[in-house]
Amino acid sequence: MWDQILQFVLTGITLGSTYALVALGFAIIYNASDVVNLAQGEFVMLGAMSAISLSAGQGLPLPVAILLAVLITLILGLMLQRFAIAPARGITVVGTIIITIGASIFLRGLALLIWGKDIHALPHFSGESPIRLGGVTLLPQNLWVMGGAAVLVLAVHLFFNRTLLGKAILACSCNRTAAQLVGINVGRMLLVAYGLSALLGAMAGVLVAPITYTSYDAGIMLGLKGFAAAILGGMGNPMGAVAGGLLLGLLESLAAGLISSGYKDAIAFVILLLVLFLRPSGLFGRASAERV
Amino acid sequence: MKRLRGWWLLAALLAALPLIFPGNYYLIVVGASAGLFAILAVGLNLLMGYAGQISLGHAAFFGLGAYASAILTSRHGWNPWLALGAGLVVTGLIAYLIARPVLRLKGHYLAMATLGFGIIVHILLVQTGSLTGGPDGIGEIPPLSLFGWAIDTDGRWYAVIAATLLLVVLLALNLMDSRTGRALRALHGSEVAAGLMGIDTAAAKTSIFVLAALTAGLAGSLFAHQQAFVSPDSFNFFVSIELVTMVVLGGMASTYGAILGAVILTFLPELLVVFEDYEVLIFGAILMLIMIFLPQGIVGGLKDLWQSGHRRRGRPGKGDQDAA
Repeated sequence: MWDQILQFVLTGITLGSTYALVALGFAIIYNASDVVNLAQGEFVMLGAMSAISLSAGQGLPLPVAILLAVLITLILGLMLQRFAIAPARGITVVGTIIITIGASIFLRGLALLIWGKDIHALPHFSGESPIRLGGVTLLPQNLWVMGGAAVLVLAVHLFFNRTLLGKAILACSCNRTAAQLVGINVGRMLLVAYGLSALLGAMAGVLVAPITYTSYDAGIMLGLKGFAAAILGGMGNPMGAVAGGLLLGLLESLAAGLISSGYKDAIAFVILLLVLFLRPSGLFGRASAERV
Repeated sequence: MKRLRGWWLLAALLAALPLIFPGNYYLIVVGASAGLFAILAVGLNLLMGYAGQISLGHAAFFGLGAYASAILTSRHGWNPWLALGAGLVVTGLIAYLIARPVLRLKGHYLAMATLGFGIIVHILLVQTGSLTGGPDGIGEIPPLSLFGWAIDTDGRWYAVIAATLLLVVLLALNLMDSRTGRALRALHGSEVAAGLMGIDTAAAKTSIFVLAALTAGLAGSLFAHQQAFVSPDSFNFFVSIELVTMVVLGGMASTYGAILGAVILTFLPELLVVFEDYEVLIFGAILMLIMIFLPQGIVGGLKDLWQSGHRRRGRPGKGDQDAA
């Protein structure tokens, strides 16, 4: 029984690591520009799909294919900011949500044109022989996902706290006008934020693609789960988003294993609603007051 | 009369179209479907456009109404009108129960909570197979009949949906010009300020949420009888998003804008079918382009153009009066 639960926990953390990276991307873009980017899940799909087609289709070695895939997604992320978000001035919050939904449909359409409707998988990074730990087993790829996510989260944390560029982005999210007054190029910082989010999404996609398989429409659910995780942690709190992602992954995996796999998403969302009813600003979010 | 000029125009248009294009497939079939979505969008616009509360789970109420009618008439042999009434009671009750805790949330948290609610309802529709028929849905839903006159042809459905739409629009217009409507608009501006003026904001938000849900439930019941078949996919997350897009695309806080948005989003995929593989791509691109170039929606954008045209000719537009 305990072994079984431990197994679900391991699966949950693997799944949660993916959600955490997507949620982190949400938080970064939200912090920098107040936009909820619902195309975030498409970055995951684009990263995974381009890595697959570059390695399997073009015969490139896996590391090169992954590097190129992340680069392609990053460029698409920059283009999203430059050509879809930046030109829309005087738009409402809901309006920006619609633009990112439009972008997400557009990217999905693009993927459908290039790769069709088939389901694809990336080869495992280091073999498929399971590792036994006491009563539980896990694939080497699970370790890649968890480790990769941990490294990326740490890197993002250091980026925002230790580098001038990271601090400049934080300054923009605190007060855009003040940031501009001290000589920060706000437009460029927004670009960096979108690029960083796209990079995180693509990495999440590449890491998890060997386990979960992927297709042109895989990004939608991942995007929603990432949004849910970011909200659960408290919108705009990057480390809260990571915690929210892990928590959501755990909840889903335990619900699927112990209760019913058909209801796993429903259970995860019911708990999310209950959390919001008790803490309207998420687990680690600060309550905000409205000024009149 | 002047206040309802738009409504009379809409009524005349809806009545004239089938006379101008008799038996036209696009008008009668796609048009009826656009009409149903217009009813949904007008209801959602009350909540989003006027009261300023976003809902990314509105398709859930559409689904609840549809399934209530489907289950009660096809499985339990209820009279369709009685089933429609029961469906409205169920939809309204569920909306009332979730309204208070959900509407305490703001902004993106509200968006997430309503989105979660929509997903939960969709999963329940798929998973409770013994009640809902699961992913296969429910078929052989009997037709509605009005005074012994069965509504069973596309033309008759066009008439019923057009009449319902006119009724819902009339209700929406009157509501927004009433004391409640002004309270809701005050709430949209600033909830705290509205509260300080003595508006019971929680009650106002709850009642408009329930009203929007009831409109969706009504559309759902009509949809179930029109299609004679329901399945969970007609009420999933994408439908909710599509409804929000209709409201925003047309121009928030405009009842006619919501109708325009519904018509555009229903006809656009029909027109894009000719592009085959490029359909999805083009649809996404059009959505982005409209929002980038008309951030206030189509009706809002046209209004701005009209006003700047007035200003250029030296006449005061409405925008100038607001600024003064």
